[in-house]
Amino acid sequence: MEHIPFNFPFLAAALLVGISLYIIIFKKNLIKLIMGVAMLASGVNLFLVALGYRAGGASPIYTNVLERPMVLPVPQALTLTSIVINVAVLALMLTIVIRIYRHTGSLDSEKSRKMKG
Amino acid sequence: MLSKIVRTVTNEFMPFILVFGFYIIAHGHLTPGGGFQGGAVIVSGVVMLLVAFNHQEVKQVLRERTLSIMESTGALIFIALAFAGIGAAFFYNFLVGTPIFGRIPPTGPNPGDFWTGGVIPLMNLAVGLKVIAGLSAVVLAMAIFSSGEEVEE
Amino acid sequence: MPSLITHSPILIIAIPLAAAFLTLPIGMASRKARNALVIVSLAFVVFLVFALARDISINGIHVYTLGATSPDLTIPKGFMVPVRIILEVDSMSVLMGIIWSIVALAAAIFSLSHIANETGQNRFYTLLLLMVAGGFGIMFTGDLFNLFVFLEITSISGAALIAFRTRFADAQEGGFKYIVVSAIASLMVLFAIGLLYAQYNLLNIGALAQVIQYTTLDKIALALLVIAFTIKAGMVPLHLWLPDAYSVAPASITGMLLITSHACMYAAFRVCFTLYGGMLNTPVVGWIIIIFGLLSMFVGVTMALIQKDVMRFMSYHAISQLGYMWVGVGVGLAVLGNAGLVDSYGKAAMSGGIFHILNDAMYMPLLFFIGGALFHCTGTRDFTQMGGLAHKLKWTTILFIIGSLCISGIPPFNGFSSKILIYESVYQFHPILTIAGIIVSILILASFIKVFHSAFMGAELSEYKAVKEVPRSMIIAMVILAAGIVFITLFPSLIVNWTIHPASDALINQGGYINAVTGAIP
Repeated sequence: MEHIPFNFPFLAAALLVGISLYIIIFKKNLIKLIMGVAMLASGVNLFLVALGYRAGGASPIYTNVLERPMVLPVPQALTLTSIVINVAVLALMLTIVIRIYRHTGSLDSEKSRKMKG
Repeated sequence: MLSKIVRTVTNEFMPFILVFGFYIIAHGHLTPGGGFQGGAVIVSGVVMLLVAFNHQEVKQVLRERTLSIMESTGALIFIALAFAGIGAAFFYNFLVGTPIFGRIPPTGPNPGDFWTGGVIPLMNLAVGLKVIAGLSAVVLAMAIFSSGEEVEE
Repeated sequence: MPSLITHSPILIIAIPLAAAFLTLPIGMASRKARNALVIVSLAFVVFLVFALARDISINGIHVYTLGATSPDLTIPKGFMVPVRIILEVDSMSVLMGIIWSIVALAAAIFSLSHIANETGQNRFYTLLLLMVAGGFGIMFTGDLFNLFVFLEITSISGAALIAFRTRFADAQEGGFKYIVVSAIASLMVLFAIGLLYAQYNLLNIGALAQVIQYTTLDKIALALLVIAFTIKAGMVPLHLWLPDAYSVAPASITGMLLITSHACMYAAFRVCFTLYGGMLNTPVVGWIIIIFGLLSMFVGVTMALIQKDVMRFMSYHAISQLGYMWVGVGVGLAVLGNAGLVDSYGKAAMSGGIFHILNDAMYMPLLFFIGGALFHCTGTRDFTQMGGLAHKLKWTTILFIIGSLCISGIPPFNGFSSKILIYESVYQFHPILTIAGIIVSILILASFIKVFHSAFMGAELSEYKAVKEVPRSMIIAMVILAAGIVFITLFPSLIVNWTIHPASDALINQGGYINAVTGAIP
């Protein structure tokens, strides 16, 4: 456990955000784009939970723990709200992609574009 | 429609999933969980039903009108509970001190007292109801839609 | 009555929310009851917003704490910092609230006949009321994370409403682009909120403004917040989603989406002026906003000149008008550190920008509604195929003339009043900005003359002989906005002294905002 640097969760979150931005910009399949947005959400959620951690802290379920510091509970509430919102966003995006596929018969973002200029 | 083994096992498992989901919703103020998480667990049971059975059979049990009314009821109960404390401020926890869910939680590590929290467990139940109805409608609509039919009003 | 005013910030958010969830059961019973519920709740919200505006002009900033024993108990006994979600309404917020309530009422009345033949109308009104509640949440909140939640609520319901008419393939594409861009922008906002919370352990804007220093992480958070809000507000070069989303939506929803863009611009100003205040490097950030605002003005009008689709044409003009507002308030931000310049022309530039927000919110939705009315009558959005409609659509023609004269900045209409305020004040900052603004106004007038001539003038075409005047509820909605335009045209100095100068004072006065939250006596 001592070999892992303390900011390893933050590096993992940065890696997730970087890979997801690459996917959103460069991939053409609409489903892959939705997966990229889901990964971006996961990266931001991991960042939020990781910033609240205090080494050796107690879990924030009890009312008053006097011996040790407590892990910050507010980022966990923020992450929970963010997860709920992202579920709604992903459901909406998937439904719209099903409709686009019905109309144009292709999931390629270059072929199903109709509006230019 | 999958094989008979899958259908039988699904039928056997659904009550356990429902009980587990309701446990998570009801104990939201004590253990990790709450309205959305328990509702999502129950909807995963509905997804298991959709995978094992045909969406026509599931549609006969979970009618679209019932889901709409359940969803609106959950949201209206939440907003009514929020308005009920308007004498002090919106969202005021008016049930602290009263016999319904009104006890003060003990300090330090403890197994937890269920009748604490005030208006929060009731809001958890309302949110759980709304999440079950809403996410089930979403999953059901996607299943009907992917198989080629049109979703009516 | 006093307690209604005290509780009004949260009532303004909660009444559309409750009405949204009442719409489904009532709509299943009776259509007329549902329409009446929507219109009555939005009219009551307009009344509440005006009452709150009057109270703020008398009593100062209005603070509301959710869940406390009394609405102004921001710091309970034993705490050092504000706790709980706090809504903080100052003059700038309530001005945006007035705009949003009037346009929402007009959009709801317009939708009564515009979508009368669609299926699933109960869901439409539910989503519309949810969007209204979300917009009010962005404008009234004093808490960063609450801003994120209401931003997402508005974006999700807006995207669902854009893609509402599922028989059009381009509507689905526009809705998809809108929700992807909104999701990425909102996740950037959440990342920045995480960065700020990790350093200062605070989410309240007033409390953060007291303790913030301009460290490297704060600079990253500022960049992320400003970029995310300017993506949502359509600043060039991040505007590419805007014409696609605005042109395919039902016309009433396009009007509401425009005011959502204004609300995201308001959120960017709240971050720059109130959250960071004098801490940030105001000339640099101000000049960046001014340059991209200039670019928006030019790109908007030049792309509009080549369009054939009337709604797409109007949405490029919306980008151009947003550029004017960025330039006006950007000049105010650039001179914020220097009190003498603020008094001489900085505050006037900011007032010009904010007055332009008010005027644009009156004539731009009117033009979008006219585009929707043209689509309703002729079945096409291509104005090169229309012609001679002035013979049949008399009311629509008159309203189009009013709208295009306003947007081009022709005296004495309200567009001219705000543009002259911007021109005179930014001239003292740098003359090139005024010259650019005047050139863009001339190009706007040219493009609108072209559209007017193509769609309305000329002989009657044979395929439009059966066209009748648009339904009555559409006319009523457009007349509401036109009445606002006429009122602002007749009394510009009254409006500026009552609402606009207090709003720019509220943006500059960071100390007042902080005191309302931290100095409140329980």
